[in-house]
Amino acid sequence: MSDFDVLHQKAKAFYSNYDRKSELQHQTHYCPGCGHGIVHKLIAKAIDELGVQNRTVLVSPVGCSVFAYYYFDVGNVQVAHGRAPAAATGIKRALPESIVISYQGDGDLAAIGSAEILHAANRGEPITVFFINNAIYGMTGGQMAPTTPLGEKSTTSPFGRSIWNEGYPLHISEVLSSLEAPVYIERVALGNNKMIQGAAKAIKKALDTQAKGLGFSLIEVLSPCPTIWKMQPQDAQKWVEEELTKVYPLAVFRDKTKEAQPRPAPKPAPSLETVRDLIAAGKHAQSSPPTDAPPTAFPSRGRKGADLRIKVAGFGGQGVLMLGQVLAEAGLEAGLEVSWLPSYGPEMRSGTSNCHVRIASHEIDSPLVSKPSVLMALNEPSLHKFLNAVEPGGLVLYNGTELPEGADRKDVNYIVQPFTAMADKLGDARAGNIVMLGAAGLFEPSAIDSALRRLVKTERWLELDRRALQAGRECIGVNS
Amino acid sequence: MPKQLIKGNDAIVRGAILAGCRAFYGYPITPASEIAEAAAFYMPQAGGTFLQAESEIAAVNMLYGSAAAGVRCMSASSGPGISLMQEGISYLAGAELPCVIADIMRGGPGLGNIAPEQSDYMQVVKGGGHGCYRALVLAPDSVQEMLDLTMLAFDLADEYRNPVYVLADGFIGQMMEPVEFPERATLPAPPPWAVRGNEETRKNLFTSLYLEPDDLERHVRNLQAKYDRAQREEVRFQQYRTEDADLILVGYGIVARILKSVVNLARAEGIQAGLLRPITLFPFPSEQLRSLAGTASAFTVVELSTGQLVEDVRLAVEGRKPVHLYTRVGGNVPSAEEILNVVRKGALAHV
Ligand SMILES: Cc1ncc(C[n+]2csc(CCOP(=O)(O)OP(=O)(O)O)c2C)c(N)n1
Ligand code: SF4
Repeated sequence: MSDFDVLHQKAKAFYSNYDRKSELQHQTHYCPGCGHGIVHKLIAKAIDELGVQNRTVLVSPVGCSVFAYYYFDVGNVQVAHGRAPAAATGIKRALPESIVISYQGDGDLAAIGSAEILHAANRGEPITVFFINNAIYGMTGGQMAPTTPLGEKSTTSPFGRSIWNEGYPLHISEVLSSLEAPVYIERVALGNNKMIQGAAKAIKKALDTQAKGLGFSLIEVLSPCPTIWKMQPQDAQKWVEEELTKVYPLAVFRDKTKEAQPRPAPKPAPSLETVRDLIAAGKHAQSSPPTDAPPTAFPSRGRKGADLRIKVAGFGGQGVLMLGQVLAEAGLEAGLEVSWLPSYGPEMRSGTSNCHVRIASHEIDSPLVSKPSVLMALNEPSLHKFLNAVEPGGLVLYNGTELPEGADRKDVNYIVQPFTAMADKLGDARAGNIVMLGAAGLFEPSAIDSALRRLVKTERWLELDRRALQAGRECIGVNS
Repeated sequence: MPKQLIKGNDAIVRGAILAGCRAFYGYPITPASEIAEAAAFYMPQAGGTFLQAESEIAAVNMLYGSAAAGVRCMSASSGPGISLMQEGISYLAGAELPCVIADIMRGGPGLGNIAPEQSDYMQVVKGGGHGCYRALVLAPDSVQEMLDLTMLAFDLADEYRNPVYVLADGFIGQMMEPVEFPERATLPAPPPWAVRGNEETRKNLFTSLYLEPDDLERHVRNLQAKYDRAQREEVRFQQYRTEDADLILVGYGIVARILKSVVNLARAEGIQAGLLRPITLFPFPSEQLRSLAGTASAFTVVELSTGQLVEDVRLAVEGRKPVHLYTRVGGNVPSAEEILNVVRKGALAHV
């Protein structure tokens, strides 16, 4: 068609022969007069002019342009329907220096992929999106698109699009330009030669925006689909010019290309040694590094050899999980195998929590403690709930002045003290869990102390916990 | 370096970064959110990307993009999110792109609850997405394995150019156990097949589209050949006291830990029990089970779903010996004593 004379020399960014296509390898699969073919040429020309062919990665959508990779001699990634902006995000994040193009139709972008485009734009993902709006689903044979004008018939709107059934046409450029992040958004059309020249300029500018390291850009191209529209190519082009532009006015909706700052370059990657250290150090940089002290004697109160099955239970806020962690850390410090499992799921009802701790000199089979050898009950409901499960001869610590009614097992040992009240006197009732730990006398104080140093974040609490531990030991007559 | 007491969910991320993972895309969901949170902390400091996606659909397609760019990448989710990812996983497998996805299973169907279940077995092990593809599936039963198997998952993903799952439950994710870290972190060079936005890789293409029936058949057969190779070369399992076992217990993840207790308790009562714990769920240790069918007199599968793993065990045993099933769901986890009762009854029935 004479209108496209400007484009007749084949761009370098196109393959000279379309080898990936099975037949007629010298021509595209697009219908005569199809907008995709024209936009392809404009993009290829812009890639040539900007000299970015080697850096370019093209993301092909699902739609008539699914085979864009037949033609573009650039890195090619074909993706699922509507997901091109997400995949482009993954590529751009991995390769910040590359030029990533998300090429999408209006079903792909405005319907099934509406979430992906909205969020890529809102993140200001520094990619370039070419959005081919032909107001219809081409590939699947003419179903309604979110962009189909009111009253237009399609195979799925046989009586014409109605505001009552399908709602209004979706104006993507307008929607996206309500966001802060995008740098450049323009709607162009392929309605006549002059419009095509405008489209060429916009397409090049959008790619240049990315090449300069600026943010998100999108060019919406009003584009003819003569086949589905059942028009001659010239008539389809005229319809774009005269009708489609009425529904979708051409405009620059956003242009911050002058003032936008290039994104800060990614920091150089740390060495692998640094990465190893980062990972080994963990999230909570430890207040004191673990000591290499020789393993302390296992449980000063060595019950049943080296196999402690401990259940800690109480109200949320009583430090149940923390107490369990101190026990596990102390066990680890003592050179033993340990596991800690918080109550989770159905066990976690009515504000109570519990955890399972196992500490053993051999490999730990199940980390779940169903028959505890030690029960640490910080409140009454926990005592009632778990007392019956304690194995005969086990140890039960209870936070209270006396055992409540119903706690009448005779075959277990009890330590009953108002641990919370004792902690309150020391300065903070929340340290009741540590007073109980002291009274349990399960570990040498040194093992507990290094566990505390690892887990407790502030000096104030460390000091309080040490006093709590001591108070606990003293209340059962252990002096240190 | 002494061992460190850490959570299973934390171990996954730390293992991933040590294995060279440099991109994490995820969407919050209990009980997997901690994985995303840990990734958000470590990834940027390790020179990688962390991004909270707008949905699991977006997250899995971000994986598709980063995988195509040759970067080791991962996501983590739980049942409802894994359901949403299935489309993308099918595309990843179809385009032969590697990635690692951790599924910390919770109760279903629908919103179910956040308690541990093993009811994603079917959607994870058998596919879940469309088309003839498989994902490799690793099932850790300890925090150390959360780290080790995640690292292995990245190697397998690259080796097979296929998505690999780390399938765990809320318990293993929440649990703390001592973990030993490897001496060194690795960062493999980008593979030659990746699209790197440079001249050398300009010729590379990722697509799962094969329009011609013969082309697609060839492609699907090639995929199957990979899965067959995995079945030959990658089966991993652990046997516990099976040599002289009369009753073989079968379970994975947290259940396998409980079953170890059950084996010990049963043996103390004179019941010759043993445990086979699949570490790979695909490929499945079918051959091993079949050979145990020659020596044992019965199998009992225990799982936190109403009977998903058991199908693979029955297929493997091929009716040679009875395969019983004991299940709990909804977030309930059987105690060792509860299972022991089942084992006792079974033992009586089989003398
Ligand atoms: C998940 C999914 N749903 C539906 C389809 C079928 N499908 C293929 S292309 C398409 C519409 C494409 O229309 P559009 O994006 O406007 O592109 P055009 O063909 O008009 O260029 C649909 C619905 C699919 N491939 N995947
Ligand atoms: S159906 Fe329409 S959009 Fe698709 S190739 Fe033909 S003219 Fe182009």
